[in-house]
Amino acid sequence: MLYDSYFKNPKGVPLLLDKIREYSDKTGPVRLMEICGTHTMAIARSGIKSILPENVQLLSGPGCPVCVTPSNMIDMILDLSQRPGILITSYGDLLRVPGSAQGDSLLARRADGGKVESVYSPMDAVKIAEERPDTEVIFLGAGFETTAPGTAACILEAAARGVKNFSVLCLLKRTEPAIRSLIESDDFAVNGFLCPGHVAAIIGADGFSFLPKDYRLPGVVSGFEPGDLLYSILELTEMLAQGTPELKNEYTRLVRQNGNSAAMALMERVFFPAGSDWRGLGQIPDSGYAIRDEYAGWDAMKKFSLSPAGEKEIPGCRCAQVIRGVLRPAECPLFKKGCSPDNPVGPCMVSGEGACAAAYQYGQT
Amino acid sequence: MNDKETEVMTMNDRIKDDRITLDYGSGGLKTSELIESILLPAFDNAALSQLGDGAILGGSDKLVFSTDSFVVSPWKFPGGDIGKLSVCGTVNDLCMAGGIPKYLSLSFILEEGFSFSDFKSIVSSIADEAKQAGVSIVTGDTKVVDSGKGDGIYINTAGIGFQQAVLPGKSAIRPGDSVLVSGTIGCHGAAVMMARSGLLREDSPLVSDCQPLHKISAAALEAAGMTSESTDLSASIRILRDPTRGGVATTLNEFTEQMPFSIELDETALPVNPAVEVACDMLGLDPLYCACEGRMLAVCAPEAAEAVIDAIKKIPGGENAARIGTVTEDMPGKVLLKTPIGGRRILAKLTGMQLPRIC
Repeated sequence: MLYDSYFKNPKGVPLLLDKIREYSDKTGPVRLMEICGTHTMAIARSGIKSILPENVQLLSGPGCPVCVTPSNMIDMILDLSQRPGILITSYGDLLRVPGSAQGDSLLARRADGGKVESVYSPMDAVKIAEERPDTEVIFLGAGFETTAPGTAACILEAAARGVKNFSVLCLLKRTEPAIRSLIESDDFAVNGFLCPGHVAAIIGADGFSFLPKDYRLPGVVSGFEPGDLLYSILELTEMLAQGTPELKNEYTRLVRQNGNSAAMALMERVFFPAGSDWRGLGQIPDSGYAIRDEYAGWDAMKKFSLSPAGEKEIPGCRCAQVIRGVLRPAECPLFKKGCSPDNPVGPCMVSGEGACAAAYQYGQT
Repeated sequence: MNDKETEVMTMNDRIKDDRITLDYGSGGLKTSELIESILLPAFDNAALSQLGDGAILGGSDKLVFSTDSFVVSPWKFPGGDIGKLSVCGTVNDLCMAGGIPKYLSLSFILEEGFSFSDFKSIVSSIADEAKQAGVSIVTGDTKVVDSGKGDGIYINTAGIGFQQAVLPGKSAIRPGDSVLVSGTIGCHGAAVMMARSGLLREDSPLVSDCQPLHKISAAALEAAGMTSESTDLSASIRILRDPTRGGVATTLNEFTEQMPFSIELDETALPVNPAVEVACDMLGLDPLYCACEGRMLAVCAPEAAEAVIDAIKKIPGGENAARIGTVTEDMPGKVLLKTPIGGRRILAKLTGMQLPRIC
């Protein structure tokens, strides 16, 4: 608790801010991107943007797993939820994601009689499958490297216990290929990255060393409390002011340089890197995880012969640009005008981690 | 955005949204929408349109009247059960309207197959709580529905009380007023969510705050020198409300909506039980949006704040009463939060249910 309150309620805020101001006076305007939904929310909740110097702009990147799932995948899942004998289980924030038609979501389908339940852990979904042998229980495995080991573990558990009426619809994404694709895109204009602490706890801080090595961009693996974020921003501005881009690890109380080898071994056993579609970024090679043939019996895509239809654009929605940090939420023509957390048009407004939802819920003053 | 796009979206909106989702029962924005677009126009009258926790009935007797339904799942949670909740919920609504609760009605909707021993234990907690709150259960009803058509047990209670004091309401709120809360926030919501996810150990310090507020509200009104005789619109307590669904953030937004003032909360002044804070961190929730079932929010004149807090603190369950914010003028209609690092942000109404997040 002591630790937590130290980071939650840091005493040295004015000092940290003075330092950040000192460095950012030297650099001129800098754009820093966070690529983790929990960072997006933590920044919004703590009101950090309202106290940072004008020169430091924080942007949200493709860090929200719900937001980067393309709408055609969501449409496919929505149709799946109407099939008799099927129960869809999912992390909560996927339930409200709209498909290509506004107002259509798993929550709406549930009101129409679709069988949908939210779970905290994929293991709960395996348990539900054991309790209801007559129901095909499908878990929507969304997320980045953070949720991948848990998803792998539940497939292994289902296999070991012979739970045949359980399967995973694998929507898992890998961070590195997406960040590379973002950096290599034409409209990329970011000076440094706040790297996701949770992902790094799995793949290690080293998983982000490609930033300075291949692109000469500074990165700091950051925790999620206001103290973590301020200190990480300070380190980024310092490296930018001195022209010495490196990868630093601020979140040392949780993140090891080489990550969690047990978790990585689980992922390796069950998944292999495969091409994946991202909302806003398109198809990126090796940017997703697919389930190995050995576990095909627990792969919902294969089990139910699923294939998503072509991606439909949502009229007016600028989530694709928001996800790449090209537009800020308020610059989207639908923001607060027809698109709100209660009636979301695009995914960035849905997920609690989405840049638009954060901007709406925790708007600056 | 061009006009054509707007048109297409509203069409879709209308077709796809013709159904009631769980969000409409969250107590947040969608619930207000439902009340204002369907219920108010249908039943338009002066007592209802106040949208207080309880209706003040006309005539010389000065009665306060309220009703509430209870569908909590699981029906038993740390610190209470659906029976206790069904008494506290209605009793507290009466208290928040300045009433002294006297009589309750009690209706059960039971699902075929619900166990007698569970039913008896719920009835006994209703009896205990009614005694505690000083109310008599004077009428009731029981229905049983087919198995699969209910979630074990639903309860509705309605209550009548006598008016102790006239609360002028949110139109009397003035810049400079103090915002008070009678205890730690979000305990009920966090305890139920933890129980629902099976994460709560028996010895956990995390328990619901479910309790009747009659002593706390009476003490506050008395400390402010308010009685049913005085109809002074400058009475020092402007409004009382128990922040149930949608939590403190949503209730405060109901105060400021369409009004010429804002409310600024100081996050460091918010009484939050550490167990609630940890549970919320784990579940991806925010204590400011978690329901309380035994807490009172009050807006009062700044000069009365200290006396009111002192009076509440003397009542069991009111020990952690605190002044959590101030009425300001800088962003009319909004609730703002000053964060521990000195940042400031808007605190919006709850939108939909609080859903657990992915990571």
